[in-house]
Amino acid sequence: MTGSLWQGARHLDIDARLADPGLRIVVCCGSGGVGKTTTAAAVGVRAAEAGRRAVVLTIDPARRLAQSLGLSQLDNTPAPISGIDTAAGGSLDAMMLDMKRTFDEVVEAHADPERAAAILANPFYQALSTSFAGTQEYMAMEKLGQLHRQSEASGTWDLIVVDTPPSRSALDFLDAPKRLGSFLDGRLIRILAAPARAGGKAYMRLVTASLGMFSNVLTKIVGAQVLRDLQMFVTSFDALFGGFRERAEQTHALLADRGTAFLVVAAPEPDALREASYFVERLEEEGMPLAGMVLNRVAPVRLPELSPELAGAGAERLRDADPAPGSAEALAAALLDLHADRMRQAERHHHLADRFVAANPYVPVVAVPALAQDVHDLEGLRRIGQQLGRRPTTP
Amino acid sequence: MIAGAGNGPRGRHPRRARASPRPGAQSRRGVASAVAGYIDLVTAHRLFPGVRLHIVTGKGGTGKTTLAAALALALAAGGRHVLLMEVEGRQGISQLFDTAPLPYEERRVARAPDGGEVRALAVDPEAALLEYLEMFYNLRRAGSALSRIGAIDFATTIAPGVRDVLLTGKAAEAVKRTQAGHPVFDAVVMDAPPTGRIARFLNVNSEVAGIARMGPIHGQANSVMGLIRSPRTAVHVVTLLEEMPVQETLDGIVELEAAGLPVGAIIVNGDRPPVLTSEQRAAALSGTLDREALSRAVRAADVATARAPTVQAVVDALLAEARDHAERVELAEQERSRLVDSEVPVLSLPHVPGGIDLGALYELAADLRAAGLGSEATP
Repeated sequence: MTGSLWQGARHLDIDARLADPGLRIVVCCGSGGVGKTTTAAAVGVRAAEAGRRAVVLTIDPARRLAQSLGLSQLDNTPAPISGIDTAAGGSLDAMMLDMKRTFDEVVEAHADPERAAAILANPFYQALSTSFAGTQEYMAMEKLGQLHRQSEASGTWDLIVVDTPPSRSALDFLDAPKRLGSFLDGRLIRILAAPARAGGKAYMRLVTASLGMFSNVLTKIVGAQVLRDLQMFVTSFDALFGGFRERAEQTHALLADRGTAFLVVAAPEPDALREASYFVERLEEEGMPLAGMVLNRVAPVRLPELSPELAGAGAERLRDADPAPGSAEALAAALLDLHADRMRQAERHHHLADRFVAANPYVPVVAVPALAQDVHDLEGLRRIGQQLGRRPTTP
Repeated sequence: MIAGAGNGPRGRHPRRARASPRPGAQSRRGVASAVAGYIDLVTAHRLFPGVRLHIVTGKGGTGKTTLAAALALALAAGGRHVLLMEVEGRQGISQLFDTAPLPYEERRVARAPDGGEVRALAVDPEAALLEYLEMFYNLRRAGSALSRIGAIDFATTIAPGVRDVLLTGKAAEAVKRTQAGHPVFDAVVMDAPPTGRIARFLNVNSEVAGIARMGPIHGQANSVMGLIRSPRTAVHVVTLLEEMPVQETLDGIVELEAAGLPVGAIIVNGDRPPVLTSEQRAAALSGTLDREALSRAVRAADVATARAPTVQAVVDALLAEARDHAERVELAEQERSRLVDSEVPVLSLPHVPGGIDLGALYELAADLRAAGLGSEATP
């Protein structure tokens, strides 16, 4: 079983990718709970210590990881991380996304003050910018676009590492521009915005007829006041939507660019690997540059020659002699069972990884062994980075 | 609005005895299946007697879907009818029960003892919206007109909050549905979004009620919120005994309580009992396990050969693994005590070696019932 993962899989050489100055953006995606944020932070640390001027954009980091990076508060602008080895000329900044503030800034930057104030006060806007799932995906991409423009303009950073939102729909950001586009071109917005965009007479008649039907239905369902708020929201947002779409399309193009690398992050569990396969498929469909898969938390193997069967049989043999609790024999039996358990878990991990590799033979993979302790400081991130950059060992 | 957290399930919780686990609380796999000693099972006949809507959340990767399915099976024992809902469109339930992908239709996925059954439903927001329009406003034709102009798409994707209203609204509908004066489902279990999003997800109806300050949507949102905040609902949080999931669990509970949502139980998944005594673990950590004695025992176990593995190599590996194990147990116990300090009842389910299949689900369901989370009838 040992190393069979590597016989079929190509090795993902992260160090080589990070050393390429043409690489400008790394996007970490994957389902929840696979160590995506940790991977993004570890890639940032490794890149910075190899001489890149990197910035890590995290969406929702666990508190202690954030603290380890010096991000005790949500700031929405990148702050320098201290403790990084800058001998190679690199640096590391990091930030957490504040989606409401990002959204407000977009509105303020693209509407005149009066209209901006109207939008910010609209109840639909307030709900959209604070409570609704999906906004996080849009705003993460908005922030990525901002950081990219800023780094192109000022040269502050030469590498942006992005962690994607922790939802199952982690690839929603790929759909954001398309959704926004189909919404803008849809009849709904034309109808809702009709009073503000009064066109030709025939068109108006059509609009009035649809609006009449539509309003009746909506009024019946939501009430007249809600409809007024919604119309007001759509009308005042109308001017902004164009800019939104344009930037969303730019971000989409940026993601598809050769200067971007997607890392699909997974753990050796059926669900996580199924999601990883889905991500690989979606990224390929969208023409997004997939760098490879990072397989986290692979059970480490000590002494593979001692098979689970052999260890289990040894434990039985010792227990047959009915050893006293706390004796060396009882201890050895318990430890042999523990070893057998770990070996079986490792076999299962390899089996799952093999299945992924069989289904996705062209996807380069790098495995990171499970650590006994959680990562919550720079040193831990550095250790993960070393595992990420490790050369493959031939079994 | 009915009761906040204070009067919710937590307020009615049985006394917790921090005694050692009852001997009976051992499952057939020899693992403490019940509560690791923190809930007195004798006084806790059933942990959540009046609860009709069980919402299962947890950090991604903690086994939320598995636990939701096991809970549905546990609740279905004794001839009960349970609906298991998934709301994130990823068909996790059909994969667990090894059936074809679920349509927007309540399908039986499992039987339980005494004629009980679990039906499953993958809620599709678009279909739920059309159903909602028809049910409440008799508007199927208008629904398809709305669909043509993109309003349905708008409602379920661009304004994703509406999606959450529809999903929670569907759960409320299933809880309240009756046939000939009797509830159709004895309980509804929702495989809900992850902890990071759960308070926002469940509270979305009060957000919408804030937008729609009057009118029918306002009324609908209020009635859904009324159920979700009442003692008929319990939000259970699934976690592993690892730092990040535990931190997220504790943060999530604070958020849920701040939003007036009724916290049910913390369910520890994949709990592994220590295989070494506490003295042995301490010695493993300090490197003072008796190497000579262990070498003799390894020789007696007859696992080493002259070539490979040698006794020396086996002893080295076992000592290193003992240390890893002791470190893990120490961390897990730290995390467990943080959970216990939260004052929310903590249930514990054993690690299932070899992955989850239907058989394992039934075993987990039995463990949940033994821990007080499930129907009262004997299997």
